[in-house]
Amino acid sequence: MKKIIKTICLLGLVGLLAGNLTAGQKLTLSGSTTVLPIAQKGAEDFMKANPSVDVSVRGGGSGVGIQAIVDGTVDIGDSSRAAKAKEIATARGKGVTMFANIIAKDGICVIVNKANNINSINLDTLKKIYSGEILKWSDAGGSGGSLVVVSRDSSSGTFEVFNEKVLKGSKVREDALMLASNQAVLTTVASTPGAIGYVGLGYVTDEIKALVVNGITANKETVISGKYPISRPLYMYTNGDPKGLAKQFIDYIMSPEGQKMVEDQGFVAVK
Amino acid sequence: MILNKTKEKLLEWFFLAFAFLSNIFLLGIVIVLFKEGLPLFKDIKVADFLFGRHWYPTFDPPEFGAFPLIMGSLWVTIGSIIVAVPLGLGAAIYISEIASPRMKEILKPTVEVLAGFPSVVLGFFGMVVIAPFLQSAFGLPTGLNALNASILLGIMAIPTITSISEDCISAVPRGFKEASYALGANKWETIIKVTVPAAFSGISSAVILGMGRAIGETMTVLMVGGGAAVIPHGFLQPVRTMTATIAAEMGETAIGSDHYYSLFAIAIVLFILTLIFNIIADLIAQRFRKRIV
Repeated sequence: MKKIIKTICLLGLVGLLAGNLTAGQKLTLSGSTTVLPIAQKGAEDFMKANPSVDVSVRGGGSGVGIQAIVDGTVDIGDSSRAAKAKEIATARGKGVTMFANIIAKDGICVIVNKANNINSINLDTLKKIYSGEILKWSDAGGSGGSLVVVSRDSSSGTFEVFNEKVLKGSKVREDALMLASNQAVLTTVASTPGAIGYVGLGYVTDEIKALVVNGITANKETVISGKYPISRPLYMYTNGDPKGLAKQFIDYIMSPEGQKMVEDQGFVAVK
Repeated sequence: MILNKTKEKLLEWFFLAFAFLSNIFLLGIVIVLFKEGLPLFKDIKVADFLFGRHWYPTFDPPEFGAFPLIMGSLWVTIGSIIVAVPLGLGAAIYISEIASPRMKEILKPTVEVLAGFPSVVLGFFGMVVIAPFLQSAFGLPTGLNALNASILLGIMAIPTITSISEDCISAVPRGFKEASYALGANKWETIIKVTVPAAFSGISSAVILGMGRAIGETMTVLMVGGGAAVIPHGFLQPVRTMTATIAAEMGETAIGSDHYYSLFAIAIVLFILTLIFNIIADLIAQRFRKRIV
């Protein structure tokens, strides 16, 4: 019995040592759940091409990604919004320079239930709907009775962009449903006749209807040209110019192959 | 002989250390909670936080009124108790007093399996099945509301209530029931007038522990509560609970910001509420135990 235990321990030790020897360099990413699909797929492809590299990817949200760069706990911080002045100042205090690498673009689509006969909306009406000035679909040019306003949580990156581009400082009506993920917004809008919500371009399916905003349909061309009014860049932040592995990784994402992967994930390539 | 004694002493110390370890963990958590939560009150008055009606933590200027969140938690907790007490207690009475031994052997473990059910699965069930049902049954604009959350939390609290109540009802001395039958009472009268009142202390603490389970539950309410930070005026309105707020917002706050501190302050409120629940459960249990003996 004792012998067996000894052998197991020895084997374990050998395994640990061997593991340490073969484990090569490490690259860590964390942050925005919007950027997560790109980061994850990118990490898989990157590790396939460089078997000695171990890339670990975590979500957490844009705030977490930027904070992690400020604290120096990751190599790349994903974010679906630009770093705030306050965050940049904190970083500078710690000797960290926030460097923004724009790796893709994303459009935020306004979606309604398929039963609704509305097809287009303008930003002003959208703002009135979300701030609670318009309460019925009939006042917004649609059908479906009273409005059910669906929003993302006020701490998500998607909300922050919506807040900046659509709400422009006014508050979301208090009884809006604040949901925790793009998928939850989609499910709710698909099953609720009077609902209006917003999700990233990559999440739009034929279960719901995406509206034309200010006369412009959200698609690759309009998002990349910036014509579509609710679009945003997606970032991978680094401390200063990307160096070493982080540079290799971001170079991969920016390569034609990487940008094709970005498109496959439902986002818009920047190159 | 001496060796044995030292061995025994060593073992004693060993287990003492374990007993203290969990207390130390608790202490550590409480210290962190207060350390990270209290700085909020440098900028915001306690009363404005507890009774403020608007929760807009990311707006400029932010508002940290947690009252809608506290009320949201209390509404779904009360709702879940309304759902869980009749079902849980009914099941407990049936299992301990009426069911055949064989039936009991099947039923009790089955109810307890429900306790281990992942809450995210229940939440998903609530989104996809209960929400559309409530929406069409009540003609509501949305099925993500306090009622939906109450039903699911009720289901989650049932195992706690059934299991503890059943133990207490079973523990009622035989003599009580025999005396009741001897006086000519039938089975129903005995259960309602003798057995259940005798087990009242245990049942009360079971209910309060069930409430503790419901108020602390996070994933389900995050998924089906609707997440609107309004003070609810009925079960058909969306709610945002304290737990859901912490879970949804913690990942996105900058450490050291007021928003971050405010989430810990919410956790303090939650901690104090559950502590009160536990103390009440304990007091009731003690008082009624004395009365019976």
